[in-house]
Amino acid sequence: MATTAMPPAAPKKVNRVGLEPADYKGNRSTLCAGCGHNAISERIIEACYELGVEPYRVAKLSGIGCSSKSPAYFLRSSHGFNAVHGRMPSVATGTVLANRAIMALGVSGDGDSASIGIGQFVHLMRRNLPCVYIIEDNGCYGLTKGQFSATADLGSKLKTGVVNDLPPIDTCALAIQLGATYVARSFSGDKKQLLALLEGALVHRGTAMLDVISPCVTFNDHEGSTKSYSYVKDHDEPLSDVSFVPYFEDITVEYEPGTSTEIALPDGSRLVLKKLRTDYDPHSKVEALRLLTESHDKGEIVTGLFYIDTERPNFLDLLNVVDEPLATLPESRVRPPQSALNEVMDSLR
Amino acid sequence: MATTHFEVMEAESAPRSSRIVNDLSIQVATINGSGSQTANTVLLRALFQMGIPVSAKNLFPSNIAGLPTWFTIRASRYGYVARKKEIDFLVAMNPETAEEDVLSLEPGAAVVYDEKLNLAKLRGDLAFYPVPFDPLVAAICPDAKLRKLVRNMIYDGVVAKLLGIEVEEIRIGLEKQFKKKAKAAELNWNAARAGYDYAEKSLTKADRFWVERMDKNQGKFLIDGNSACALGAMFGGVTICTWYPITPSSSLAESLIGYMRRYRIDPATKKATFAIVQAEDELAAVGMAIGAGWAGARAMTATSGPGISLMAEFVGLAYYSEVPIVIFDIERVGPSTGLPTRTAQGDILKNAYLSHGDTKHLMLIPSSTEECFSMGVEAFDLAEEFQTPVFVMSDLDLGMNNWMAEPFEYPSKPISRGKVLSVEDLNRLPGFDRYKDVDGDGIAYRTLPGTKHPKASYFTRGSGHDEHAIYSERPEDYVANMDRLARKFETARARLPKPEIREAREAEIGILAYGTTHWAIVESLDQLQREHHLAAGYCRVRAFPFSAEVFTFIRRHRRVYVVEQNRDAQMHRMLRMEVDAADVGKLRSVLHYNGLPVDARSVTDSILRQEVRN
Repeated sequence: MATTAMPPAAPKKVNRVGLEPADYKGNRSTLCAGCGHNAISERIIEACYELGVEPYRVAKLSGIGCSSKSPAYFLRSSHGFNAVHGRMPSVATGTVLANRAIMALGVSGDGDSASIGIGQFVHLMRRNLPCVYIIEDNGCYGLTKGQFSATADLGSKLKTGVVNDLPPIDTCALAIQLGATYVARSFSGDKKQLLALLEGALVHRGTAMLDVISPCVTFNDHEGSTKSYSYVKDHDEPLSDVSFVPYFEDITVEYEPGTSTEIALPDGSRLVLKKLRTDYDPHSKVEALRLLTESHDKGEIVTGLFYIDTERPNFLDLLNVVDEPLATLPESRVRPPQSALNEVMDSLR
Repeated sequence: MATTHFEVMEAESAPRSSRIVNDLSIQVATINGSGSQTANTVLLRALFQMGIPVSAKNLFPSNIAGLPTWFTIRASRYGYVARKKEIDFLVAMNPETAEEDVLSLEPGAAVVYDEKLNLAKLRGDLAFYPVPFDPLVAAICPDAKLRKLVRNMIYDGVVAKLLGIEVEEIRIGLEKQFKKKAKAAELNWNAARAGYDYAEKSLTKADRFWVERMDKNQGKFLIDGNSACALGAMFGGVTICTWYPITPSSSLAESLIGYMRRYRIDPATKKATFAIVQAEDELAAVGMAIGAGWAGARAMTATSGPGISLMAEFVGLAYYSEVPIVIFDIERVGPSTGLPTRTAQGDILKNAYLSHGDTKHLMLIPSSTEECFSMGVEAFDLAEEFQTPVFVMSDLDLGMNNWMAEPFEYPSKPISRGKVLSVEDLNRLPGFDRYKDVDGDGIAYRTLPGTKHPKASYFTRGSGHDEHAIYSERPEDYVANMDRLARKFETARARLPKPEIREAREAEIGILAYGTTHWAIVESLDQLQREHHLAAGYCRVRAFPFSAEVFTFIRRHRRVYVVEQNRDAQMHRMLRMEVDAADVGKLRSVLHYNGLPVDARSVTDSILRQEVRN
């Protein structure tokens, strides 16, 4: 038998938990080619791979709409729940309450969160539920063929020429005001920034809300739309150059003292904001809201991390639940003894 | 069980035929917010402690203060606890309604009233007992600010004296009520005593109603259905309760908070083995419960009609994606806001098929606080065994009123988590298909999020899916899945609580009822037999889907009266959909829907009217 000298197989690229990038993939996307949402799915895959997130610990949650289909397109080995329109926040809340070891990764859209689901959205922010909450924001309803959503900018136009005459809801400003503790905006086409913001969100221990401008290539990527690729590229003003340093990586990021802010995250990771605007402090709600209001008035889309608070207790802290998942507590811990029942009945005799 | 023979007790001070002992109703008419709850509860307790079967109905307005409210206590030597239609003993404290209340009494009734109201002039066929409430309370309560709080206790003392309630039991009742607040108990006791002394000195007994000590309440206690449901949930191992305030279900969640804080805090860490969250609305309440049920928690919500309407979409999701949750529905009067503080059985049809598309749901229907407890426990097992929403159908009458209860039985079976695959199971199995009917009973296996196994994950969705939980619009996948869900429902039919059937020998007619209507039926059966020699069989439905026994019962009778507290004969209609064609014509309805708990006399009269026509 002839032998051929084979070169030794290249060692497979694996992360710190021994998984390959392919282990973080999902099904093939059924969204339109070029949809911003697909780019976001790719960044989620990268972020989870780089951080060594174990897929079994993740629950992917979504509502209804194009955005809400996307959890099928990443993290195949994670449980997923595609619930009802606008109600992802409540399902995510229940999931986290039931099992605090689960990393809840919620994916919603601008219609899902800012219109039908605004009630649940604001209350989740208010509770500071530990979860990542991504809004894939294209300013329109893609799945029902392009109607305006509540994040569509004043004056933006539909393909049909209809002009939006109502002001948009700024989900980031709402989230900051209501108590979310990690609030950022990015652009689906900005790979580096989105990845860093996602990684920071994944290790955050409260509500991490990311509004990601994600142009709808089919219904909202034309002249007159303020959420098209070209419009956002022209008007995107990055707040800061964001880098994320996981706690297990011993890397020093280059930055010039005086122009950068370093944020220590509870697990030891660091977010490094290389400042483009030297007067910005991501710990101030007032500054964040001023920035969002002013830039909106100027027609700019500011991206970056607007606000972070690593101190505020999250919802699980407030509820004082046991450290183990409630879902799997044994009977001995969830069914009080006969004596307890007798005591109650005696008190009523 | 109530006895059916009629007795007249011996009496010294009244003619043999006219003395009525331990068979009366007392109605206290007050103004909402005037602090009558203590006085009414203590009066109820005193009778209960004397060993006399009692029941209470609080007929209150949807209002914080100012509107009329009536509290009715029934004492029945026969053990009847349904609402009694006639009022025998009226305590008229509300100037707004006093005249109307007095005019609606049957001849021979008694009226205790604030003498300022000058009611005696209204009729000559009642026993009137004027009481100078203001001077009496001023004498025992120097602090004018507190007088309003204790004024009502005076009628407890007056009624106790007039009826023969042992005044010591009033004192014990007060101690129970106030527990460690000795000062408040004492002040109230002084007021009761002042009323008692006044009645002794100044009033002459002129009515026929008396109470005497009995020995019927051994081992029993008083509890409302909402507290009993909360206890059932706690002993059923609930870990997540997400709810939104709505009358008459709020006190269920609030009782649960109280019990869980007492019995479900981990002794070692002082942390909670539960989470109870007041959500922003009913949509979120049920959504959170569904998220929790999906992730493996024993999850519940409690609500009433309007909340159920809001939950409809989510309940369809839970049905189709097969997520266990328990929903306590404490029914009130609809439609729309309806009469929020009045009782009905108006959600039974809606809940059975709640949500769009082909949906049908499991329902448990308690009649008593004992069943609120036992079904509260069982609902969580059923939800997990069948991976579907389970409704516990209580109502305002059961939920918010105090009922005598036999000791609750501690759960005899261990908690059943249903078909959940562990890591070991997944290691052993070649694969896992979330919606595959492996056992032929329609119930597939599930895994919980967080299960550390590469094969554990699946994608849950409310959109069409095949047995691998993959999105599918293929006609054959859709049909297969819907047929499996129907099969699962049929499996449940045999597993749910059976009806309680009481056969009557050679009875042509049967009565079919459910929930709180039961208590009027028990009494009506006796009335029909005693007064009209009419025997009737009785089937008390305890669950939906109906089990085979229900249909057998209908088959065995010529005419079956379905008695329920709604306008549209909701269960009657549900039965018509399922009974044999030959039996459809047997079904008739007795309907009661005025917001008051159904009484026996109304049922008896309706059946007799329909029998005459027959």
